[in-house]
This record gives sequence, structure tokens and C-alpha cells, in this order.
Amino acid sequence: MKLHNATDRIEKEIVLRAPRSRVWRALANAEEFGAWFGMKLEGTFAPGGRVHGQITLPGHGQVTIEMAIEQMDPESRMSYRWHPYAVESSVDYSSEPTTLVEFQLEEVAEGTRLTVVESGFDRIPLARRAEALRMNDAGWAEELENIARHVAS
Amino acid sequence: MSLHSAGWREVSRAAPVFAALGDETRLALVAQLSSEGPLSITRLTAGSAVTRQAITKHLSVLATAGLVSDVWRGRERIWELEPEQMKAARTYLEHVSKRWDEALDRLKKFVEE
Repeated sequence: MKLHNATDRIEKEIVLRAPRSRVWRALANAEEFGAWFGMKLEGTFAPGGRVHGQITLPGHGQVTIEMAIEQMDPESRMSYRWHPYAVESSVDYSSEPTTLVEFQLEEVAEGTRLTVVESGFDRIPLARRAEALRMNDAGWAEELENIARHVAS
Repeated sequence: MSLHSAGWREVSRAAPVFAALGDETRLALVAQLSSEGPLSITRLTAGSAVTRQAITKHLSVLATAGLVSDVWRGRERIWELEPEQMKAARTYLEHVSKRWDEALDRLKKFVEE
């Protein structure tokens, strides 16, 4: 299904000049994951467990994140589910569908090849997806304002 | 969770979209309309094992979900994708995709340091 794939999943591949053990630590350690992703996470990643945190990237406001860990296969695979859109604190999202994020590590000559697949977007209400875009636009506008204020002062 | 919370309202409102995209025949119809553009019911039924009546029923489910709409051209009813809905879905994915690119760039710096 061409269209289905066009709106349902994202696939990324990157070669990192670092050993597999190093890349795995950056994924499997919640604190390290948060450091590069831009989140402040509390807890430890373990299959079946949940880790909560806040987005720390500029322009996101107060966004709460909940990751439901599925698979932790050392130096090879990690997967979790989450709500991929901006979250309003007033709305209970617990009954809504989540997307599945899967990381896969592979040793290559240059270091480590990392593949990321996020899938399940088509199950998320279109209205919710449209709303996330609007909120993102608002986030950017807010950030530009902050920059303008910073430059002007 | 209360049945009357905002989250539940969203889910109820979106229920037709879930149902619409969760069926293989309907997904195939959406894919066909996406790749070939607006089509008559005759064209949509051609080559399908599913009856014209069943296809019409599937199309009305898609229409209720806001994914397709129909117009009469002469004596023929033409079905097409609701471009706004599909555009929103694609734009959304592009946005999430960009966010992953940025995150992976940060990961690269993080582990290569």
C-alpha cells in the first residue's frame, strides 16, 4: 500500500562513528537518551516499564512524555511506544493510539549503523495530527519571539 | 477515564477514520484514488472481486470519515480523495521526520565526541 506507507511510517538510517557499545549506551540509558533527544527523563528503560519526562527543547512549552518500553536487546534492538504529538496537559491521551519506535544497531566498518523506524501514524486521528501541526507552528512563533526579545535586549 | 472527557470525544470523533483505514478493501480504494486521481464507481469496481454494491458501501464509510467525497459528472458519480485530510497527514509526517533528523544529528554529535 503506497499511500498507507506514505502517511503511516518514517524510516531513518544513520552511520555513527562510534562503537556499538557506545551507541547502545546513548539509547539504553534514559539520562543519555534524554540528553541528545532533548528530554528530561526519570526512571530506567526496562521491557514492560514506563519512563516519564519533559521535553526540554525550545519552543515546546510544557510537554509531558511517556515512553512504554517494549524491547531491550543489548547492542542490537530497542523499541518503545509513545504519543508522538505535542501533548496538552488538559487532555487525557491514555486511551489514544501510540506509535512504535524501533531502533536497530548494526556494526559496520565506519562504526555503527543505526536504523530508526516509527510507525502507526495512520491510527492517530487526523484531527489530532492537524492539531499537532498547529501547535508546532505556535511553538515556532513563540521561539522566534524569544529570540527577537533576546537580541533586542 | 470519564466517557465525557476531551480525549474520549476525540476518539469518538475519529472512530470512522480508524475504521476506514483499518479495512484492506477501503485502504486499497484510498490507494487507488491517490495514485489514479478521481474515479467513477465503474472504474473502482473493475478488476475487483468485490461487488459494486459493496464498493459503494465502503466508499460511503470513507466519506463519513471525511477521507473521500463524491460529485456527479453527468450520469456518473465520481469519487475523489479529500485532499485537505491527506495533505494534513503528509505534512504531519514530514514534520515528525524532520524532528527525527534533528534528533539523530544531536545523537551523532553526542556519541562521536
